[in-house]
Parts: sequence; structure tokens; C-alpha cells
Amino acid sequence: MVKWSDFERATIADIFSKIDTGAVGCAALSRCLTVYPWTQRYFSKFGNLSSPDAIASNPKVAAHGKVVMGGFEKAAKNLDDIKNSFRDLSVLHSEKLQVDPDNFKLLADCVTIVVAGQLGKAFTSEVHAAFEKFLAVVVSSLRKQYY
Amino acid sequence: MLSKKEKGLIKEIWERLSPVAEDIGSEALLRMFASYPGTKTYFSHLDISPGSSHLHSHGKKIVLAIAEGAKDISQLTVTLAPLQTLHAYQLRIDPTNFKLLSHCMLVTLACYLGEEFTPVAHAAMDKYLSAFAAVLAEKYR
Repeated sequence: MVKWSDFERATIADIFSKIDTGAVGCAALSRCLTVYPWTQRYFSKFGNLSSPDAIASNPKVAAHGKVVMGGFEKAAKNLDDIKNSFRDLSVLHSEKLQVDPDNFKLLADCVTIVVAGQLGKAFTSEVHAAFEKFLAVVVSSLRKQYY
Repeated sequence: MLSKKEKGLIKEIWERLSPVAEDIGSEALLRMFASYPGTKTYFSHLDISPGSSHLHSHGKKIVLAIAEGAKDISQLTVTLAPLQTLHAYQLRIDPTNFKLLSHCMLVTLACYLGEEFTPVAHAAMDKYLSAFAAVLAEKYR
């Protein structure tokens, strides 16, 4: 089981209380599709992803970004049992969506950068490290059911 | 591959940040040590505590090298030749660590530049730092 310090618990709760998860989700997914264009392979039904502007204004990307960030928020509320609470999502990504799990890290990195941009100086190296640990646990839980 | 527009964007950003190379560099290093403690093993000979003069001077060195490379990206192999030798034969830092520092550099830029660090700038910068790291590791084997 993952051990969380008081600082880490407080920091993760604080971050999620400060951010607009819908907006962060949309921005992070847009960034992922822009910075790592090969990730677009999983979104062929999303319509126009032909340029950074098209991606940023695509309503399906926005909607899906919100869904994805909702998943991260669920993990933040279940810090002591992310692995189990993500079991079904892991099976979904592995068996139905067939997403290469290396992509989870790419999206997680984009989430970090969007949150950093929003929090600025408040995103200190300690806060950043706690958030990286959280994202690493989420990514690892999503990978768990792949075989 | 970096487009002409991206090269211009990268050159412009690093030109602007060179005066605060020390702040950017030391912050990126600090973030890397905090998030990826294994990276500290390469710095046992230095004092890398927050605010230390070693951290600041080392961070400055790294950012100035990145900024120098950005002035003419097509000449990266020439510009980085001495650093290639240093990293391959003396420092021998495992190249996976370059990715970790690059990520922390991007996070630092995001904190510093806020909205200005657009997805397009982020993409260009990520590509540049990847290319920089790849050239740095060229003499390893």
C-alpha cells in the first residue's frame, strides 16, 4: 500500500480544491495531443485535430479532458486505495481502448505542466514532488491490469 | 523535427531568460532532486540544498548551455562537442536522467511564463530539449 505523508495528503487535497478540473483536463488533453501528436491515434472519432488551434477548440477534446480529470479527482479522494478503485478503468484501457500504457505518463506530464502554469510560484518543488508521486501512483494503477 | 518558426520561438524564449539563468536553472534542479531523488546521487560532491551557491552556479551553467545551443539549433553538435565529451567520459550520467531534468525544466518554464507557455511553445521546447539531450549523449557509445 502507498504511504502518504500528512504534507502529501494536504497538498493533493489543496491542489484539487484550487483548480477547475474541467478546464485543467481540457488544457492537459489538448497539450498532450499537441505536444505528442502520435497520441491522436486514440482519438480518430474526435473530428478536427489538424492543428494546435483546432485541438484547443475541439469540443470533444474538452468534454473528454473533463472526464479524464474527473478520474484523477476520484483518485485524489481515494488516496489509500487508488489501485482497487482504478481496477475497472485499467481493464477498460487495456482490453477495450487498447492504449499503450506509456502514454499515461505523457498525459500526466501535461497535467503537471498545466497545474504548474496555473499555480505559478505556489507550485513549489515540494508541492510539485507530492503531485508527481500522486500522478505516478495513478499511472501505475492504470497499468496494473495490463497483461 | 523543428520548424523554422519553432527554432525562432525557442531562440527568443532563451534569449529572454538568459538574464535569470541562475533562477531558472537552480529551480529546475531543485524540482528534479525533490521529485526524483535518485538524481541526487550524481551530486554527492556538491551542496545542493535550496539556495546554496553550488546549486545556483550549477543551474546557471546548465541554462546558459541550453540558451547557447538555442542560438543556432542546426549547429548543436558543434556547439555541444566539449559537453558531449565531458558527459560521455567524465560525468557518465545515465541519459534517462536527461528526460527527468528536461521535464522539470518545462515545469519551471510553465511556472515562470504562465499563460505565455502555450501548447505550441511547450511542444517546441520539449522537442528542443529532447534534441539537446540526444546530442549530449552521442559520444556515450
